[in-house]
Amino acid sequence: MDNLDLIQQALPYLLEGTVVTIELTFWSLLIGIVIGLPLAFGQVYGNKALKFVIAIYERLARSIPLLVMLLLLNYGLPRLGLRIPVFRAAVIGIGLRSAAYQSQIYRGAIQSVGGSQLKAALSLGMSRFKAFFYIIAPQAIRIAIPPVANESAIVLKDTSLAFTIGVVELLRQGEYYIATSNKPMVIYLTVAFIYFVLTTLVNGGLSLFERKYQIPGIGIEGGHSDAY
Amino acid sequence: MGQIFSQYYPLFLHGLGVTIFVTIISCFSGTVLGTLLALGKIYGNKFTSRLVTIFIAIIRGTPLLVQLFIIYYGLPGYGIRLDPILAAIISFIINSGAYQAEYLRGSIQSISANQLKAALSIGMTRWQGIIHIILPQALRRVIPAWTNEFIYMIKYSSLAYVIGARELMTEGKLLASRNYQFFNVYLVIAVIYLLVIVIFVYLFRQLEKKVTIP
Amino acid sequence: MPTKHLLKIEDLHHSFGSNQVLKGVSFSLNKGETKVIVGPSGTGKSTILNNIIRLVPPDQGKIYLEDTEITATKKINEVRQQIGFVFQDFGLFNHLTALGNIMVGLTKVKKMTKQAAAELALNELDRVGLKEFSDSYPSQLSGGQKQRVGIARALAMQPKLILFDEPTSSLDPELTGEVLKVMRNLAEDGMTMLVVTHEMGFARSVADELIFMEGGHIIEQGDPEQLFTEPVHQRTREFLFQLTDLYGEGGA
Repeated sequence: MDNLDLIQQALPYLLEGTVVTIELTFWSLLIGIVIGLPLAFGQVYGNKALKFVIAIYERLARSIPLLVMLLLLNYGLPRLGLRIPVFRAAVIGIGLRSAAYQSQIYRGAIQSVGGSQLKAALSLGMSRFKAFFYIIAPQAIRIAIPPVANESAIVLKDTSLAFTIGVVELLRQGEYYIATSNKPMVIYLTVAFIYFVLTTLVNGGLSLFERKYQIPGIGIEGGHSDAY
Repeated sequence: MGQIFSQYYPLFLHGLGVTIFVTIISCFSGTVLGTLLALGKIYGNKFTSRLVTIFIAIIRGTPLLVQLFIIYYGLPGYGIRLDPILAAIISFIINSGAYQAEYLRGSIQSISANQLKAALSIGMTRWQGIIHIILPQALRRVIPAWTNEFIYMIKYSSLAYVIGARELMTEGKLLASRNYQFFNVYLVIAVIYLLVIVIFVYLFRQLEKKVTIP
Repeated sequence: MPTKHLLKIEDLHHSFGSNQVLKGVSFSLNKGETKVIVGPSGTGKSTILNNIIRLVPPDQGKIYLEDTEITATKKINEVRQQIGFVFQDFGLFNHLTALGNIMVGLTKVKKMTKQAAAELALNELDRVGLKEFSDSYPSQLSGGQKQRVGIARALAMQPKLILFDEPTSSLDPELTGEVLKVMRNLAEDGMTMLVVTHEMGFARSVADELIFMEGGHIIEQGDPEQLFTEPVHQRTREFLFQLTDLYGEGGA
């Protein structure tokens, strides 16, 4: 029973941290989209030099552990004369990592729609812009939803690493409470439960969205007619 | 940066050795755990299957860092005190096992039911069919996902730093807190991870080319 | 002769890398004519069609649609609206219903109102016998049905001519008939058509002229019956009878 009391007492603090975790997730994903989309366009439609530069960026962001990136930002930015709050440093680090992964998702989605769809659109007299907007994008978005849901859940979980540079998010709030209560297991399990609810909501929400806009033949079993 | 490496390279190399050791142990043991979980989910009875599904969902739905804390800081309250490296390895195995179980499940289910029927038709028992016919095919198909998981694990093993397990990250932190060159030390570490991962990606691509069966 | 050619092709050349697939091809098409191009695979037949609407611009040579030089025009999208294209792999937009596939060109390119576009699209679907499938997505249609939607989509744009790029090659044999029947009706209604196909029965009975190509050149062209019975080149005879053996006279 005293465990339940403990959880009850800790909950307001943990929820405070949960809000920060959600904010971290939101801003990191946004940075991921804002940078990832242009990177994907560059990878699909860019020239060789641009593709090469983007490939290097993606290789870097996918190879250096997020923890190392966060520490580098935390210790490196002040050296460049940039004193920014740890929250922002965390968002930049997580966002830059996610951009590389999101870029790959969008690129894969655009490419899996296939050249024959573009050809058919052009054959009707559509401009390339219209073909992308009305034909390629609606299909690519649907294909991208499941991997984007997955990436969102990864980003959500990765925000726990912001703890290491001192962002007071969910895990750090848990740490604080453990320091006063000395009951680590109960608090960690509660923290884990909150993360679990959040990731379930992210996946559930996006799969609801996916079902709502579901079109037969597009998605996992789709992607046919790529012969061109 | 180069100076730091040349001055302290035994330290970095030792850390790197531990990182790779932890990654390899975790990934391979994760495969064993993942296989058991996948088999339990597909071929187990209703209760087992349900239990495994919930276990996988919980592990995949919570951060590795929290799992690590539960094992390292949570368990001592119940009399289980683990060395940091061991705690890290155990939490990585559990985490990786849950992810690998999902890849494997997809792979096993993509192999047609006829394969098992064919195995039964030549007199094999169900388990013989699963072990000798289904699994060898499923494991082969899962190689790209497995190598991906391995690369992930190299990176995420850096989390062991937060509990002080002396892999690459921790060695770096200890060094930096002695010479106060945090940025330079972490830069060296970033480059080491980058090189190691580029090398593994290259090796795995070669491997995938070799083992692909038409 | 005063008749103006609807489509005129002069000295077309095209290479893919070091592989020269078209080595100087010229022919023309009058309004209301149906011409069929036949020849072995890899001999550049489909490339000609792709060159015509510049989906793949030709290396050399000129193509005219009436007075417009397609190969030089800056308004290629306007030319493409006037030339229908039917793809081997159907080219239906996977995220749109049969009706949506036909409407999208009308509303987004021709700027028709949704209502007018829907009406016209339904008419065209009816014409290919698929009115009741208007709400089906491509993945819910058979190959033959997909191709008929593809033809209806091309028709709805009210083109001056339609190019058919092996329209039945991706179909199971039992489904080719329904597509060939639609094409035959179009030809009888006076649509101008340029068809690349292996269907000898269709070529023989529908084409006004048969063009036999091999190795990037036109070997022989003329009345289909004449090419079948008294070809000038021995090679033409060999090829045509080989194809007839392979694909039969069937379908149309």
